[in-house]
Amino acid sequence: MLSKLLSLRSVLLALGVAATSWCAFGADAPATPSSEERIAALEAYVNNTDPGKALTGVAGPGHNAWMMTSAALVLFMTLPGLALFYGGLVRSKNVLSVLAQCLGIAGLVTILWWAFGYSFVFGKSFSEGGSILGQFLGGTEFLFMKGVGSAPNTDYAYWISHNVFSMYQMMFAIITPALIVGAIAERMKYSAILVFVAIWMVVVYFPLAHMVWGVTGSMNGVWNGDASIRAIDFAGGTVVHMSSGWSALVLCLILGPRIGFLKEKMAPHSMVLCMVGTGILWVGWYGFNAGSALAADGIAANAFTTTTIAAAVAAFVWPMLEWITRGHPSILGFCSGAVGGLVVITPAAGFTDVSGAVIIGLLAGSVPYFACTKLKGWLKYDDALDTFGVHAVGGTMGALVTGFLATTDANANLTGSYATKNGLAALVTDGGLWLEQLKAMGITIAMSVIATIVIAYAIKATIGLRAAPDVERQGLDLSEHGEEGYIY
Amino acid sequence: MKLITAIIKPFKLEEVKDALSGIGIEGMTVTEVKGFGRQKGHTEIYRGSEYTVDFLPKVKLEVAVADAIVAKAIDTIVAAAKTGKIGDGKIFVSPLEEVIRIRTDERGDTAI
Repeated sequence: MLSKLLSLRSVLLALGVAATSWCAFGADAPATPSSEERIAALEAYVNNTDPGKALTGVAGPGHNAWMMTSAALVLFMTLPGLALFYGGLVRSKNVLSVLAQCLGIAGLVTILWWAFGYSFVFGKSFSEGGSILGQFLGGTEFLFMKGVGSAPNTDYAYWISHNVFSMYQMMFAIITPALIVGAIAERMKYSAILVFVAIWMVVVYFPLAHMVWGVTGSMNGVWNGDASIRAIDFAGGTVVHMSSGWSALVLCLILGPRIGFLKEKMAPHSMVLCMVGTGILWVGWYGFNAGSALAADGIAANAFTTTTIAAAVAAFVWPMLEWITRGHPSILGFCSGAVGGLVVITPAAGFTDVSGAVIIGLLAGSVPYFACTKLKGWLKYDDALDTFGVHAVGGTMGALVTGFLATTDANANLTGSYATKNGLAALVTDGGLWLEQLKAMGITIAMSVIATIVIAYAIKATIGLRAAPDVERQGLDLSEHGEEGYIY
Repeated sequence: MKLITAIIKPFKLEEVKDALSGIGIEGMTVTEVKGFGRQKGHTEIYRGSEYTVDFLPKVKLEVAVADAIVAKAIDTIVAAAKTGKIGDGKIFVSPLEEVIRIRTDERGDTAI
């Protein structure tokens, strides 16, 4: 009993000392915030606005929790969502090559992101002194993620940690080049893929992501008051889907078709894996779209809703069209429709409302369907897993229709102070946004196509793009990775 | 002695096996095979790509029987494996020179 009392006393003493030292520290610090300031800061947390000095440098737990969850969800889209979606669609002798490509890209892009990618996209030092370079690339202040800590970077979000923001955006940088893998599956050399992705990230993704999402970016209509192109892209219609989709088309044309294309059977080896991957992609996409609000707020809630509706409508429309035109609603049809819906809603998710999402779902279930089933047959390019048909066609359509379906009812930032300054607000309320969207789309396609042509021919002339014919025939798994996907 | 080789629809295997057990046949060998006859194959479409699948999955059943029950065994298989639709399969009967039980070195009918 005595010992218990003694220990209680020592705890109380320790607390007393701690309290005293805290007070002493407080006396040196700036004046303690008033009650009003502290309440205002808490209200700012709920409203996802600037907390003022009372809570400067502190991440909000709810927003931060959602963004860490979202970051993990977006990574889950690649590993294993996209890996399984694509992996199921190739022949069994190449299943591991697809997994290796997704895994390799995840590692490679992470290293680039840490070293300079994040800084090039979300820094702003290149704009100092009004330099024009800053419109196209971020800056050098975050090289090697220097100074990217747990305190928020208020250029982008008041309440989420800077490092969480960086990791979240990195997951987008990982999935984008991984999407290209679908077009060049079953024949491109592993070393050539890694070299291609490394260069492509630097010349296409990093500049494009900065232009669209960086606060000093030239096409960031919502957050850059000086944007020259007042375009909007909520979660990556241009940055992610158009860039990867158009690059995929060009790369698969330069690479050439698989040996035996249109002669041999190249049916998917496992529609089960494909469906599992699709489900993971759909779930992960909530992090991708709703997470792009960069807060657990009303815009995120709206994006969550529009994403669900567009995906579900498209996932229904595609196989119904198959049923009517071909007699069977196929599993691949359901899966393709779901991914198509998710792609097309991506740029609009946080800007449009539920009826916009239904329209997008109808378009997403039908237009990419014709691109994959008819266009590809007419033009005879070997986009093995339809990266172009789904991501480029869907992404391009999504970017355009976002120009018509964006509404301030869904997102008040469309008429915020930056948008008012650069004129976006007027375009949203009076119409004409679609023209700005067209400009952004044109720049995205031009950058993707030109850069891919140059990189692909450079690699072709040096280390070569394709696996040797023997390797391709035997399958990339055994010859390039020394493993088999299935050992019975 | 005869070797009866029956190619049947995979989902009929259990019925055929039970029917053969019912008439006292105590052993058989089963293999999963692919092939086609008059049924031919079918077409699979994945997005825009169409593939003709010629070889359909079947089950091959091999049974060695004494001459006395060959006819009964064949009737039993036909009765159990028949659906009446195209693709029910075929039965091949061939003479069997010798049967040896490895464990005991028995020969002929007693080894079956």
